[in-house]
Amino acid sequence: MSERAAATRVAARSADPSVTLVPPPRPAGRRGRARMALMGVLGVLATAVLWELYKVVVPDDGVLMAGVRVLPRTSDIAMPHTWEMVARLFEPVTRAAGADPLWLAILSAAGFSLGIAAIGWVIGVVVGLALALLMQRFSLAESGVLPWVVLSQTVPLIALAPLVRNWGSKLQVGPISWENWMSVAVIASYLAFFPVAVGALRGLQSPDAIHTDLLRSYAASWRQTMVRLRLPASVPYLLPALRLAAANAVIGTVVAEVSIGLKGGIGRMILEFAQSAGGDPPKSWGPIFGAVLLGLLAAGSVALLGVGLRRYRRGEELA
Amino acid sequence: MSSGRKNAAPTTGAAVSVGRLDKVFDTKGGTVHALQGIDVEVAAGEFVSLIGPSGCGKSTLLRIIADLEQPTGGTVTVFGKDARRARLDQDYGIAFQQSGLLGWRTIAANIELPLELHGVGARDRHARSAELLDLVGLTEFADRFPDQLSGGMQQRVAIARSLAERPNLLLMDEPFGALDEMTRERMQTELVRICAETGAAVVFVTHSIPEAAFLSDRVVVMSPRPGRIQRVVDVDVDLGPAHERTDALREDRRFFGAVTAIREALHAGSASAGTPDGAQRITGPTGPDDRHDRLTEPA
Ligand SMILES: Nc1ncnc2c1ncn2[C@@H]1O[C@H](COP(=O)(O)OP(=O)(O)O)[C@@H](O)[C@H]1O
Ligand SMILES: [Mg+2]
Repeated sequence: MSERAAATRVAARSADPSVTLVPPPRPAGRRGRARMALMGVLGVLATAVLWELYKVVVPDDGVLMAGVRVLPRTSDIAMPHTWEMVARLFEPVTRAAGADPLWLAILSAAGFSLGIAAIGWVIGVVVGLALALLMQRFSLAESGVLPWVVLSQTVPLIALAPLVRNWGSKLQVGPISWENWMSVAVIASYLAFFPVAVGALRGLQSPDAIHTDLLRSYAASWRQTMVRLRLPASVPYLLPALRLAAANAVIGTVVAEVSIGLKGGIGRMILEFAQSAGGDPPKSWGPIFGAVLLGLLAAGSVALLGVGLRRYRRGEELA
Repeated sequence: MSSGRKNAAPTTGAAVSVGRLDKVFDTKGGTVHALQGIDVEVAAGEFVSLIGPSGCGKSTLLRIIADLEQPTGGTVTVFGKDARRARLDQDYGIAFQQSGLLGWRTIAANIELPLELHGVGARDRHARSAELLDLVGLTEFADRFPDQLSGGMQQRVAIARSLAERPNLLLMDEPFGALDEMTRERMQTELVRICAETGAAVVFVTHSIPEAAFLSDRVVVMSPRPGRIQRVVDVDVDLGPAHERTDALREDRRFFGAVTAIREALHAGSASAGTPDGAQRITGPTGPDDRHDRLTEPA
């Protein structure tokens, strides 16, 4: 039986003009998702085509105007062909015997960085949520803490890295001593907590007066109001904040690896390969792709979280 | 034992008793005298409507009874307790113009929300929501979400939710205000039936004169700036008890008589707001002291 027939039957049974069956919102269809994947692939291809086109049109030495280079060089050293970059991925990292293929080295470096970024993200989310809860609970805390939260993000990462390392090196809890990767995770969390604190606070404050009045009429406690109303209502605000936090954690990890000098991650690899780019230009692009992959993985994991929380996003316009 | 009797005794008396109530809002733009010298008594099982122009303090009065707002003067008791105690004891159910359903909960789960908050077990909760869904005719929508229901259906869910704790008092602030006229009349008839079945007293805020006439035992007519009671119209004298009414009454001459009586009371109120002389001619149920206040007050 068709859905419409079923709807008519229901309407006829209750015989009420107010009973108009509104169709349930269409779930994000398989076709929609396939289209999005296709658009993604097309986007990558279009970028590659543009790259090659630029190489053809612009001369090797770029374009100079009054002695200033306004368009960058297109020589094979500055901009290797896309196919060379891809092919390089499948060659060994170095000429040394038994060296791993480049793609494997990049993947393991990306995995290492992802682990640190994930730890930083989790710390950032916990701290951000805790701050948001505090600010929601006490309006005094909101006016006292929020400006500092905003101000904290104006401290440049480069200034922060050595500070964190120095403070950390003075810490020693029993047999566990501070290690460089911990400094990197702390810096990643420093960038990650900000969007969470701000987004979660907005979400926790988002319920309408009618909802808070209702819960008050039910004599609900602060905790009950938080669990049944404020936290669920904050999900549509929280998810974009978590996504931003994931992107920030990845950037923070990559940059902090470089400024702290932590080996093994993708940030350090980008630096090392760039320094040896002269003899092997396509090689230095590999870890950059790795960093992009890292960002995609991080954003994708948060998107999965969003699928799990679908119920709390009804009526939300999906971007 | 004796304390139990003490608690039970007032339930046989007034459902709501409001005496010399004052409410002043302090805002940045100055003070707003929302309510002045309000005296209302609602008997158990009685249906009382509050009607009056926008801003005359109807919602404020209802919210004070619900302990969602604090009075600046006067007393409020609900079943003999102070308003806060009554709220903590869940003595009333409340519904607003918007349904206020939580979008991530199913219809049944929305109705069960107050029960869940008060620690009622899952089995009892489901039984109660099934009962209430049946009462408002939405049984087949139990597992739907609010955004899948029309406005009228959502409002019926909100009313079902307000009944979840079997309160002896319902507080309703223009619950049908956002509905079309057809749906509105259906809902009124349904509310009459629900009140007859539950025996609850109702304080009902409305803008609509026919709605007040059809539903109420008594209609409290209010006037603005400051909000006060203009007159009380006893509808039940002509139309009989509110919970015994049927749709047929809507075309009855006595119904039109009640509508006219409420309209005249309302218009007398707006006349008095314009000219100080108007107030002198009004003889409401309020005492002579009250009238004296009104005369000496600058209009
Ligand atoms: N929270 C508030 N703060 C300040 N003024 C208020 C508040 N609530 C109501 N008022 C004022 O009190 C008066 C009565 O409002 P209200 O009770 O909502 O009237 P009604 O429901 O009869 O339309 C209005 O002048 C309104 O502006
Ligand atoms: Mg109002």
